[in-house]
Amino acid sequence: MTQEIQKEKVQPRRDFLKYLLSSVTAGFGLIVFYPVFSFMKPPKQREVEVTSLKIGNVDDIEIGDSKIIRFGNKPVIVIRNGKEDFSALSATCTHLDCTVQYKKDESVIWCACHNGKYDLTGRNISGPPPRPLEKFKADVKNNEIIISKIV
Amino acid sequence: MKKIFTNLYNWVDERVDLSDIVKFMSKKYVPVHSHSIWYYFGGVSLFFFIIQVVTGILLLFYYKGSADLAYESIHFIMSKVEFGWLIRSIHAWSANLFVLAAFIHMFSVYFEKAYRKPREMTWITGMLMFFLALGFGFSGYLLPWNELAFFATKVGTDIAGVLPIIGEPIKIFLRGGEDVTGATLSRFFGFHVALFPGIFTVLLFIHLLLVQRQGMSEPLNEKVKKTMPFFPNFVLRDLLLWLVVLNLLAILAVFFPAELGIKADPLAPAPAGIKPEWYFLFMFQTLKYIPGYVLFIEGEILGIFLFGLAGILWVLVPFWDKKSEQGRQNKLVNYLGIFAVMFIIVMTIVGWLL
Repeated sequence: MTQEIQKEKVQPRRDFLKYLLSSVTAGFGLIVFYPVFSFMKPPKQREVEVTSLKIGNVDDIEIGDSKIIRFGNKPVIVIRNGKEDFSALSATCTHLDCTVQYKKDESVIWCACHNGKYDLTGRNISGPPPRPLEKFKADVKNNEIIISKIV
Repeated sequence: MKKIFTNLYNWVDERVDLSDIVKFMSKKYVPVHSHSIWYYFGGVSLFFFIIQVVTGILLLFYYKGSADLAYESIHFIMSKVEFGWLIRSIHAWSANLFVLAAFIHMFSVYFEKAYRKPREMTWITGMLMFFLALGFGFSGYLLPWNELAFFATKVGTDIAGVLPIIGEPIKIFLRGGEDVTGATLSRFFGFHVALFPGIFTVLLFIHLLLVQRQGMSEPLNEKVKKTMPFFPNFVLRDLLLWLVVLNLLAILAVFFPAELGIKADPLAPAPAGIKPEWYFLFMFQTLKYIPGYVLFIEGEILGIFLFGLAGILWVLVPFWDKKSEQGRQNKLVNYLGIFAVMFIIVMTIVGWLL
């Protein structure tokens, strides 16, 4: 009889110790692994906010030709349609991140990875791309090409 | 000479008692029957892994894992280092044949239902090693930092990013940032030469320990009458096969050395004819056939989801195939396996040709 009463008294105490010990262990594990996981997460690089960029002389690109330039961290494709007529589009395919190219003979922008095609305004016209390419503004000032973000 | 060995053995034996281990090694027998040939592919896979470790360590003497130096360092290995071309070519060929041997090993175990109780853990560790082998391939492919590798990695990690909610964090974790850059190369280098080999070694140890302890699985529908001692009979046959494989590797490396291609340039457009390694081709090709949208679901998400589901079912086969466990034929497992083999072969060929 007395033994049973003792057992009943001891059990909750034991449970309490068990819970305490397991939560301390879990907490300790969290404290150890938090820095490890945080370390693996790449730090946010402060991006240089580029809004406009001089990319060189008008004659650097021949009429009907194109050039890919770095705009901030992203590639932008600049196409010379006429004497002072340039168009600029993001060069990153909206499908799976490949870099597109200008296909002169077909007058399209083409992605070699999965055969996606865009027209010269950046509209996705065939293949897997789900969205059009982002547009940029291309101006000519004092014989220099200036690419800027459209706000 | 023999005396030195005997003395050395006795010296160790006196301190740690080797008799258990010797008994453990000598007790195993290999069943001899009409399907015995499949027993060799695990050993062949192991041999390719050993080759990878050895040639990988050698390449580490010269390889530099940064975007500015990686391509140049491999160019240096291929052109200046004595036998550098050979070591790199063997590493590249052995990687491909390793995956192939692992494929064969996996399918033979599947069709023989050797995963059935009590060998579930052997199957699971094997499958985990198989996925790691694919991870080795994907991460190692980027290390030369050439054009093909650059875009293959862009596409591969972007596919992971398609997944809802967890996709974007996974992509950033893999890339070490928003884009594929030198940070990605450093990460993949770390995965390829430290993280993956570490995990793989542990799994391999468990896998081999289980095989040694439980012995070889016997076929379901064939009574085994003959056996052969694992040591030395089976081991010697294994070694002979390893010798043949080593010669094959040498021939392939000499006549078809690994290429280096053009250095990756983030501002260059993707080159035409871009393809992943052959063992990813069937998935890549399938993704191409799934339309942009199926009902409300984006095609790519559906594809990844289906492959994921199939993969999980495949890994868990010892737990849902109850018939084989009871020693009965399970036709469904066979049909699913045949379908998987046919699907992989057809899609790989189509992907190769188109």
